[in-house]
Amino acid sequence: MKVLTLNFLTCAVKDCKSSNNSFPLHPKDAELVYDDLEINPQLLVNVLPRVDWVALRTTSTELGFPELPEQPPTVEELESDEKMLQDLHKLLMETQIMEGKLVCGNCGHEYAIREGIANFLLPSHLV
Amino acid sequence: MSRPEDTLAADVHYDDVEARKYTTSSRIKNIQASMTQRALELLDLSSPSLILDVGCGSGLSGEILSDLSPEEGGPHVWVGMDVSGSMLDVALQRDVEGDLFLADMGQGVPFRAGTFDAAISISAIQWLCNAESSDTSPAGRLSRFFNGLYASLKRGGRAVCQFYPKNDAQKKMITSAAVKAGFGAGLLEDDPETKNVKVYLVLTVGGGATSGKGSDITGVVEGMEGVDVLDNRRKGKSAGRGEIKKGSKIWIIKKKEQMERKGKIVKATSKFTGRKRRVQF
Ligand SMILES: C[S@@+](CC[C@H](N)C(=O)[O-])C[C@H]1O[C@@H](n2cnc3c(N)ncnc32)[C@H](O)[C@@H]1O
Ligand SMILES: [Zn+2]
Repeated sequence: MKVLTLNFLTCAVKDCKSSNNSFPLHPKDAELVYDDLEINPQLLVNVLPRVDWVALRTTSTELGFPELPEQPPTVEELESDEKMLQDLHKLLMETQIMEGKLVCGNCGHEYAIREGIANFLLPSHLV
Repeated sequence: MSRPEDTLAADVHYDDVEARKYTTSSRIKNIQASMTQRALELLDLSSPSLILDVGCGSGLSGEILSDLSPEEGGPHVWVGMDVSGSMLDVALQRDVEGDLFLADMGQGVPFRAGTFDAAISISAIQWLCNAESSDTSPAGRLSRFFNGLYASLKRGGRAVCQFYPKNDAQKKMITSAAVKAGFGAGLLEDDPETKNVKVYLVLTVGGGATSGKGSDITGVVEGMEGVDVLDNRRKGKSAGRGEIKKGSKIWIIKKKEQMERKGKIVKATSKFTGRKRRVQF
């Protein structure tokens, strides 16, 4: 699972929908891989305004990466800074969680990730 | 045609054997590819977008999103949900680029509000009409799905769901569940009244006060033939439902487009990405 995707993912448990603690989910025992992907600058520029930067900083720290700047780059900065594009591409698209768990900060539910696939099936009383 | 939807749960029907059979059939590949192309046409995305593929299966629909060239507005990045572990296994083996989730759309869409530019679903949402277990109802599953889908799309976003309704009642049940969730909805039928009929539910999320032509469903499907417009604002009224006569100019153009799409598929599906590398620290 791409770090980008994790930045959009919330706990699926019904009672967590209204809680601020159910996002972002927290990686646990995460095994990472880098997947060599062609850079897609337009896609990055398109999604940047939707990325929750505070959550991304949290995730990045939790995965053991150096701290991200406090403020996200602006779209203009991103468009004109090749290095920044490369860095964001590497973090958001190429860095992927292959094994481990995602834990909800509100209800504690753990979503298992195996071979990159997260299991979001819930027992029906939680839906 | 037999309808496994009517008797089995999806994850039971799509087991290892069926998942492999499904994905290796060139007939199925072609049909799924042409329906995905049609859905893309209806989404009308002009630049690389973040797309949800609901019921993504082994990735036959999703990989077309990844393979779209810049001239065609791509490539897109997609996230797929499917309830069958066997189908997802095949997707893994085929090394698709989308992120995969083992998830039941009838339980909702676990992404924060406004995540996706667009969503597609090819040959999947009719499965919502069967209760998977005794403690859930089709109505409940449909409403959780469409409410979740609606919220997960950005304002002005669109979703196109090709599906196989069992009958008119099911068509209506699905469409009205979408409208109830807030979508503007239109039903488009290709090859109506034939055994190859394909039904597309075209959904739009209102873009607020500025929702002009293009973001509104009546703009999307306006003037298209074989389209029923159903939405909250124009309750009861529907656009004229012109049928496409075999041999007419429109029919020929559509056929040509279909052939073109088929010609494309052949080369689009043979793309290999390298194996993943482990991170080293
Ligand atoms: C005919 S296949 C289509 C797969 C893919 N979209 C394609 O075009 O090849 C239908 C898929 O819907 C999935 N499905 C059925 N019910 C589902 C549910 N409740 N949630 C998620 N996926 C579901 C099935 O597991 C199956 O993979
Ligand atoms: Zn939770």
